[in-house]
Amino acid sequence: MISFTETCRVSFRAIVSNKMRSGLAMLGIVIGVGAVIAMLALGAGATVQIKSVMSSMGSNLLVIRPGTVTSGGIRIGAGSVPSLTLDDAKAIKAECPSVEEILAQFNGSAQIVYGNQNWSTQVAGVTVGVFVVNDWKLTSGRPFTDQDMRSATKVAILGSTVARELFGYSDPVGEIIRIKKIPFQVIGVLESKGESSWGRDQDDIVMVPVTTAQKRLFGMPRPNMVSSITVKVKSEDLMAVAQEEVTLLLRQRHKITSFQDDDFTVRNMAQAMEAAQQSTKVMSLLLGSIASVSLLVGGIGIMNVMLVSVTERTREIGIRMAVGATSKDIMLQFLVESGMLSMTGGFAGVLFGTILSRILSGAFEWQTVVLPGSIALAFGFSALVGIVFGLYPAYKASLLNPIEALRYE
Amino acid sequence: MPLIEVENVRKVYKMDGVEFEALRGVSFTVEKEEFVIIMGPSGSGKSTLMHILGALDVPTSGKYILNGKDITSMTKDELARVRNKNIGFIFQGFNLLPRMSALENVELPMLYAGLPAGERRAKARQALDLVGLLEWADHRPNQLSGGQQQRVAIARALVNDAPLLLADEPTGNLDSKTGVQVMETLKVLNENRGITIVLVTHDSGIARYGKRIVRVLDGMISSDTPEEQVTIR
Repeated sequence: MISFTETCRVSFRAIVSNKMRSGLAMLGIVIGVGAVIAMLALGAGATVQIKSVMSSMGSNLLVIRPGTVTSGGIRIGAGSVPSLTLDDAKAIKAECPSVEEILAQFNGSAQIVYGNQNWSTQVAGVTVGVFVVNDWKLTSGRPFTDQDMRSATKVAILGSTVARELFGYSDPVGEIIRIKKIPFQVIGVLESKGESSWGRDQDDIVMVPVTTAQKRLFGMPRPNMVSSITVKVKSEDLMAVAQEEVTLLLRQRHKITSFQDDDFTVRNMAQAMEAAQQSTKVMSLLLGSIASVSLLVGGIGIMNVMLVSVTERTREIGIRMAVGATSKDIMLQFLVESGMLSMTGGFAGVLFGTILSRILSGAFEWQTVVLPGSIALAFGFSALVGIVFGLYPAYKASLLNPIEALRYE
Repeated sequence: MPLIEVENVRKVYKMDGVEFEALRGVSFTVEKEEFVIIMGPSGSGKSTLMHILGALDVPTSGKYILNGKDITSMTKDELARVRNKNIGFIFQGFNLLPRMSALENVELPMLYAGLPAGERRAKARQALDLVGLLEWADHRPNQLSGGQQQRVAIARALVNDAPLLLADEPTGNLDSKTGVQVMETLKVLNENRGITIVLVTHDSGIARYGKRIVRVLDGMISSDTPEEQVTIR
């Protein structure tokens, strides 16, 4: 009985002795495995990218906006009815146990003037919760206080872009700026957040207390209204609970009967993230399965080469059988040979796929992530392909009659 | 106990539905250390007999006992084992593996016997030494002359200590001078080492090396004569 290591040596020699043919047989597998790995890397990259975008927005946030209402059978679009108030926000914080912090916002845009400099930007009226909910930090100065909220003080915190445009590199804290010609004292500067995922400069902003924005800067169609309320939930597991609590509370406060629709909408960031991840999963599965077709074609290439090889080596098989090789020995020899071909091809394919995904991410600025799991998958699949497609040629070789094989020219 | 016992062996081939009887009841025995020549014209059934003696094929009916073992109804893989342990083949076309050195070719039967590499190497060198080709051990078949190739094949046939050496027209591809050398080698092996040799040929010049001549005609043994009578004729 020939040992397995000896069989491997015999097969290895057969592969090496015909380099050109072996190389061509492997090429199909190399391309197949490479394509699978590159495609899976693209998918995984997209998932990571979406995850990072979502987590930068905060995955445990609920965003409440004034919603659609039906008035005389006509549905009016979101935000057209100013239904949310600052008191709603305070009530949410006070009465919903799963809510950690809230941020009520009332936004507008205005021109800011300092000395002979001016800058048009977004002015956000915010509550003290902005630092917790939107994860803002200060580089200098102090945050807003409850006192600022109560008395609608004329204080402002500048985004880093605004600070740079108006003050250059000098410290703005303590200076007086004018917003819509009203003097405001600068009490702080925000740490830079850079561009948002869709390319807006998040630092191009001026923050003032929400009450100040309401009473002194922008006109309100309805008293005490806010343009949105963002709720930070204590943990991601409580998202559904918090959504329920907030919806119930607001329906109660807005005196909506059970037959009426909500006059607000609650958007759950975790759900949005899940949906996005689901779609990238489907995408990478699709890409991967298209790529695996090429792996299959590579397998057929190996079968082709092995069939030719068996025919070409009929006489060799006859000699081996005459001196005592059993059909199992012959079968194993050819099976190991095709397995070696496909595994070597698979290994080269892993390298090729990794390089390919690097090139892809470099050329198209896509993020790609080569996961160890996808390497294992592609490599395992290529080994399987080699064995499955090697099975038939090996079986054919093992069936040869030694007398006829020896006569074969 | 004879080495080979063939009893009323018949072999029927079916070709395109037509039955063809290649062997029609052949019986004979070969004792150990004999040197038997099987002769016959082409189509006489001597090749078929050779294949059955070599355990490459099984008879349709009858009995074949080799070295005390009835191999008449063995499976393909059992036959492979029997060939590996009991029979050394020498072919007209040498049948060496072209991509392997002489040494590796001689190692081949031991590979399938499952011998460890060190022992294989040592025994293969010993066998090559016996046929006088030790210094050619690392050469490939295409770097050797026909006579040398056939002697490598003889070394391969010997290396597993098989009691029976089957030669099918061993000199058919050689010129007469190297043919004589090969035959002398076989004769020495038979006389000095007691290896039983069964040799198939249609060359009567070769026949004089045998101690016994079996003639096959139309699938049957037509004559079976010992050496003395051969030389008289």
